[in-house]
Amino acid sequence: MLDPMFDDVSALALARFQFAFTVSFHFIFPAFSIGLASYLAVLEGLWLKTGRDVYLQLFRYWLKIFAIAFGMGVVSGIVMAYQFGANWAAFSDKAGPVIGPLMAYEVLSAFFLESGFLGVMLFGLDRVGKKLHFMATCLVAIGTTISAFWIIVVNSWMQTPQGYAIAPNGQFYATDWMQVVFNPSMPYRLAHTLLGAYLTTALVVGAVGAFHLLKDRKLGRAAQPATRIMFAMAMGMVAVTAPLQILAGHEHGVNTLQHQPAKIAAIEGHYESHDRAAPLILFGIPDDAAQVMHYKVQIPAIGSLVLQHNINAATMGLDKVAPENRAKVAFPFYAFRVMVGLGMLMLLLGGWAAWNAVRGRLFDSAWQQRLALAMGPAGFVAVLAGWITTETGRQPFTVFGVLRTAESASPLAAPAVAASLIAFILVYFFVFGVGTWFIIKLMGTEPNPDDKGPGKEQTVDVGSLPPDAPYGFQMAE
Amino acid sequence: MPPDPFLTLVWAGIIGLAIFIYVITDGFDLGIGILFPVMAPGAERETAIATIKPVWDANQTWLVLGGGGVFAAFPLAYAILMPAVYAPLIAMLLGLIFRGVAFKYRARTSRIWLWDFAFFAGSTLAAFAQGVILGAVLQGVKVAGRSYAGGWWDWLSPFSLLTGASVVAAYALLGACWLIWRTEGAVQDHAYRMAWRGGAASIAAIAAVSLATPFLNHDYFSRWFEPPGLYFSAPVPVLVAVTGLLFIRALRRRAEVAPFVLAELLFLLTFIGLGISIFPWAVPGQVTIWQAATAANAQRFMLVGVGLLLPVILAYTAYGYWLFRGKVGAEGYA
Repeated sequence: MLDPMFDDVSALALARFQFAFTVSFHFIFPAFSIGLASYLAVLEGLWLKTGRDVYLQLFRYWLKIFAIAFGMGVVSGIVMAYQFGANWAAFSDKAGPVIGPLMAYEVLSAFFLESGFLGVMLFGLDRVGKKLHFMATCLVAIGTTISAFWIIVVNSWMQTPQGYAIAPNGQFYATDWMQVVFNPSMPYRLAHTLLGAYLTTALVVGAVGAFHLLKDRKLGRAAQPATRIMFAMAMGMVAVTAPLQILAGHEHGVNTLQHQPAKIAAIEGHYESHDRAAPLILFGIPDDAAQVMHYKVQIPAIGSLVLQHNINAATMGLDKVAPENRAKVAFPFYAFRVMVGLGMLMLLLGGWAAWNAVRGRLFDSAWQQRLALAMGPAGFVAVLAGWITTETGRQPFTVFGVLRTAESASPLAAPAVAASLIAFILVYFFVFGVGTWFIIKLMGTEPNPDDKGPGKEQTVDVGSLPPDAPYGFQMAE
Repeated sequence: MPPDPFLTLVWAGIIGLAIFIYVITDGFDLGIGILFPVMAPGAERETAIATIKPVWDANQTWLVLGGGGVFAAFPLAYAILMPAVYAPLIAMLLGLIFRGVAFKYRARTSRIWLWDFAFFAGSTLAAFAQGVILGAVLQGVKVAGRSYAGGWWDWLSPFSLLTGASVVAAYALLGACWLIWRTEGAVQDHAYRMAWRGGAASIAAIAAVSLATPFLNHDYFSRWFEPPGLYFSAPVPVLVAVTGLLFIRALRRRAEVAPFVLAELLFLLTFIGLGISIFPWAVPGQVTIWQAATAANAQRFMLVGVGLLLPVILAYTAYGYWLFRGKVGAEGYA
C-alpha cells in the first residue's frame, strides 16, 4: 500500500505534468497557425490586387502547410477542452461560473468560424469564386485571432483576477463582466502573445526562404521569385515585429511587477529584497531550499532601472512572500532567460536583414541567411519559454492569490493520471511527429511556377468554372 | 449567486441541441470511418472521404460546444462527470486525434494503409467511447460533496459496453445512409448493402438499450412504465417502430435521401427517449440541472452570445453544406 499522502501528491504532480505537456504541445500549432492564417490572407489579397501569379503560388505553397498545422492544432485543442474537467475538476467547479462563459464565447465566436470556413478555404475556390474565397481566408484568419483573444482573457483573469466574488458554496462568480474580460494583464498579454505568433510565423517563413536561397546558391542556379518574395516579406516582418515585441514584453513585465510582484521576484531570481539599487542577475543557479542564488553573474545597481526606471527604487524579493506562496524559482528564472536571449537574436536577425536591404543586398548575404535558417524554430522555443515563465511564475496558484493549485485537482488515483499521461505522450510524439515530418518535407521543396501539382487542380482558371463544377479543384490536402 | 430557474432550462436545451447536432453530423463522419475496412481501397474509400472532407471539421466543433457548454453552464456536473468517465473520455480524445489527422496524412503518405487504419480505429474508438460515456452517466456515478467519489473503473459495466457497441452500430448506419445520399454507382450500391446491416444492428441496439435502461434504477422504471411518465414515454417506442418500418421501405424502394433522413429521425427519437430518462438530472440521481447550473449572470452573459452567434453559425454551416452539395465522385481526390 502506498502512503495516501504520497499518492495524493503524485496524482497532483502527474496532473500538472499532463496539463503542461498537452497545453505546450497544443500551443505550438496555434502559435504558428495564427500568424500563418494572416500571412495567407495577405498573400491572397496581394494576388487579387496585383494579379501576379507568384502570390497565388506562395498562397498555395503555405496553404498546404497551414492545413496540416491547423489540423494538428484542432485535434490537440479538443483535448484541452476536456483537460479541465478530467484532471482539474475542483478548479472547473469553482472557477467555472467565471471562465466557463469566456470559453463558450471562444467556441461560438472563433472555433465555428474557423472550422466553418476552413472547408471553403481548402476546397472551395472553384465553387465560390475569388472574392468569396478571399473572404473565407480572412474569416479563418480573424477566427484564429478571436480565439487567441478569448483564451488570453481566461488566462489573464487567472493571473490577475478581478470583478468577481466568492459564493457560499465556494464558487467564484462574476460581479462585473467588463472587469473580468478587461482584467489588468489582458491587453499586455494579448499583445505579447499575438506578436509572438506573428514572429514565430515570420521566422519559419524566413527560414524556408533562406534554405532555398542557400540551396540555389550552392547549386549555382537562380532562386525562384516566390522564394525571394517570401524571404523578403519574412525578414521585413521580423525587422518590424522583433523590436515591437521587446517593447511589448517590457510593458508586460512592468504590468506584472504591479500586479504579481512575487512572480517578478522569481523571474529576476531575487530571493532578497533591496531597499535601493538592486542588482540585475544575468545568470545563476537558484536554490529554493536555501533561498539563495548560487554562482550568480550580476550587474550591480541597475536591477531597479529595468522595470521601475529608477535606480533608487526598492525591489521586492521572495523573502517578502510567505513561504507557502512562493513559486519554484528555477522554471520562470531559466525560461525567461531563454525567451529574452532568443528575442535579442531575433532583433539581431531583423536588424541585419534591414541593413542588407537598405544597401540593396538583401539576398546576397549567405551568413545572414544561415542565421535566418538557424532561427527557424526560435519562435516556437521563445513562445513556449514565455508561456512556461508566466504559468510557473503563477504557482502555487491556479487563480493567482485566490485558488491554490493543490486545491484545484480532480479526485483521481495516480495510476489513472499516469496511464493517460503515458498515452498522451506516446500518441502526441507519434502523430505530431509524423505531421511535422510532412510539413518539413513540404518545406523542402521550393515553390515552383512550373509545378502544376497533381491532376488538373492548378491549371483550372477559377473564373471560368460553373458553380456546380465537380470536386476537381483541390487547393490543398 | 444562484442560477435563474428558467434560464437553467434554456441552457439545458441549448446543450442538448449542441450534443444532438454533434451526434447527427459527426455521427456520419465517424460512421464512414467505422465502415472503412469493408470499403474497397481506391475509388470507394476516396469517394467516401471526399463526401465529408469539407464538413467534418465543422461537425466536430459541436463536440467542443457540447463539452465546453457543460463546463460553462453546469460547471458542477462537468466537474463530477469528467473524472467519472476519465478512461473512456481520454480514449475518445485519442481516437479523435487519429481520426482527425488521418484526413490530412493519408493524402501525403505512401503508407496509406497505415492512415486508413488510423482513420478506422480512431473513428471506432471515439464512437465506442462516446457510447460508453453515455452508458456510464446513465447508470449513475458516486458523488461526495461537490466531487466524484468513485474509482477509475466504475464506468465499466455490461450496460456501458452495450451502449458503446450501440453507438458504433448507429453511427455506421448514419455513415452508410449519408453515402447513399451523396454517391452513385457501385459506391452507392455498396452503401445500400451496408445500410441494411447497419439498420438491423441499430434497431437491435435500440431495443436492447431501451429494455435495459428502465431496470438500471427505479426512477427510470417509473418514468417509462407508470403514469404520468407513461403518457410521455409510450409514444416513443411506437414512433421508433414506425420509423424503422419506413426506413426498411425506403431501402427497398432504393430511395436516396429518405434513408438518411429516417436514420437521423431514429437518432432524434432515441435522444428524446434519453431525455425522458434523465430529466431533470445533470448527474443522474445525484445532482439536478438547477443544482449544477452556473450563476444567473453567467447564464445571461452567455445567452447574449448564443442569441447573436448561434443563428449566424447555423446559417454559415448550412451554407457550407449547400456549397458542397450534389453527388460526389473520387476524381481529383486520388
